[in-house]
Amino acid sequence: MKKLINDPEDVVDEMLDGMISAHPDRLRRLPDTQVVVREDHPVDGKVGVVSGGGSGHEPTHAGYIGDGMLDGAAAGEVFSSPTADEFEALIEACDAGDGVLAVVKNYEGDVMNFDTAIELTEMTGTNVATVVVDDDVAVEDSLYTSGRRGVCGTILVHKAAGAKAVAGADLEEVQRVAQKVVDNVGTMGTALTSCVTPEKGEPTFDLGEDEIELGIGIHGEPGTERTAKMSADEITEELTESVLSDLDLSEGQEVVSIVNGMGATPLMELFIVNNRLQELLGEHGLETWDAWVGDYMTSLDMEGCSVTVCAVDEELKELLGATVDTPALTAQ
Amino acid sequence: MSEAGLAVVTAVENVAERLETERTRLTELDSAIGDADHGGNMARGWAAAAETVGELDDPDPATVVQTTGKTLLSEVGGASGPLYGGSLVFAAAELDGGVDRESVVGFAETYLEKVQGRGDAEVGDQTMVDALVPAVHTFTKSIETDDLPPGEALAKAVDAARRGVAFTVPLRASKGRASYLGWRSVGHQDPGATSTLFILETLAETAQTLDIDVPDTADATSPTIPEAEDTNG
Repeated sequence: MKKLINDPEDVVDEMLDGMISAHPDRLRRLPDTQVVVREDHPVDGKVGVVSGGGSGHEPTHAGYIGDGMLDGAAAGEVFSSPTADEFEALIEACDAGDGVLAVVKNYEGDVMNFDTAIELTEMTGTNVATVVVDDDVAVEDSLYTSGRRGVCGTILVHKAAGAKAVAGADLEEVQRVAQKVVDNVGTMGTALTSCVTPEKGEPTFDLGEDEIELGIGIHGEPGTERTAKMSADEITEELTESVLSDLDLSEGQEVVSIVNGMGATPLMELFIVNNRLQELLGEHGLETWDAWVGDYMTSLDMEGCSVTVCAVDEELKELLGATVDTPALTAQ
Repeated sequence: MSEAGLAVVTAVENVAERLETERTRLTELDSAIGDADHGGNMARGWAAAAETVGELDDPDPATVVQTTGKTLLSEVGGASGPLYGGSLVFAAAELDGGVDRESVVGFAETYLEKVQGRGDAEVGDQTMVDALVPAVHTFTKSIETDDLPPGEALAKAVDAARRGVAFTVPLRASKGRASYLGWRSVGHQDPGATSTLFILETLAETAQTLDIDVPDTADATSPTIPEAEDTNG
């Protein structure tokens, strides 16, 4: 495998430093950790919003640090949860006294390490609330989870919570809007090829030349079905119908949609998927309020995409449309 | 260094040594139903803990336990870090007032409560809880009801844990990584229950070797350790 890496052991460390060098006016790394925070942390008069998880999903998580989104994020090793002491350092660094919302994706390691960190920080008087994202409609229990997995819908949770915090809402309100996104969002992904983790250096799973996997997880965990390759339209239909049947939205409902690249899929293909996705949403009587297309929650070099649909009301539209200024997402 | 603190440091060192010895065995158990990293993670984590507590300057038992827990939290990772390490950190507070019959029971019960709370597992889910619940219940009953010395209570707890580990074999896992296998997890001994047993066995052996005298109350006399005896019992 040809890869732009040095030592597999150093990928996260070198990536974080490289990311910070690209955004020296925005990002800082807490000493002796893999925790990245806003340059001006903690931000006074505002609830802190933090996230984190395994690396390999870039620009998630540190790419979303900035005004209107995250105050900081902990990076674990590739596809591994950060440890509780890293989450603890993150929470403490981002608490300006108004409390911290921790956005956790539903993987056992992430949940347990975040929970332990929260209990530790609460002993020192920090007020922490949690929201667990579990938007993947594909599988109920999987390799790393009880319940559903947290995937690309997490970006919308970061966005809504971040905007609410900037608006000066208290911790309970910030948590409420984050949970509102979780309650209204669904995602399903597909893999055309396996990802290759730096440590293993070869594909995580075998997928034949003419095969795709539907319902794939963002770590290459098995999905719902392995099937013969299909056209972009057919794949989009499979993904979208699964998400929509799970969300069960009424006609006329406004939605935000995301076509998310898994890491090694050209933008051209993502737009082709979005083309069919918007037709399908229309056929279901749904109104797209905003359509996002890009690499938001990747899985290293996996080829494929995920489709996310989130039902939005006036409140979520205001939050998801609010000004944001981060390395990976900017909107005025 | 306080004798009680020294005893706990010795216990941590002994656990580290034991888990290094059992590294392959735990990894074999984990490769059958998990991701084959339990042996390595536990051995690495406890070795780091032993090194860290060995450098503490005159620590009390609570500090040794808490430092061990924090080191495991940062070194073991995954779900095992919070389960083995986080639970120790929180349970260590029970020893703040010293080591006595009441505080060791409080320690054991808090540890169990934290493990169960974090992992949301019950007996029969094929997890470490299957070893821990009978061990802690036996330990508590032996001290509170049967009035046994903590060393003997610990030996009885080890027997209970051993039965608990054997009990995991015919179970179908419903928590943790193995639960993904569904019925395929039947017939496998749980690695977490097994490492929990190894830790308890080592603690019991250490207590026996050091012949620790745990007082009725911490403020009566501090725990004393007689000269090390050349003995197996």
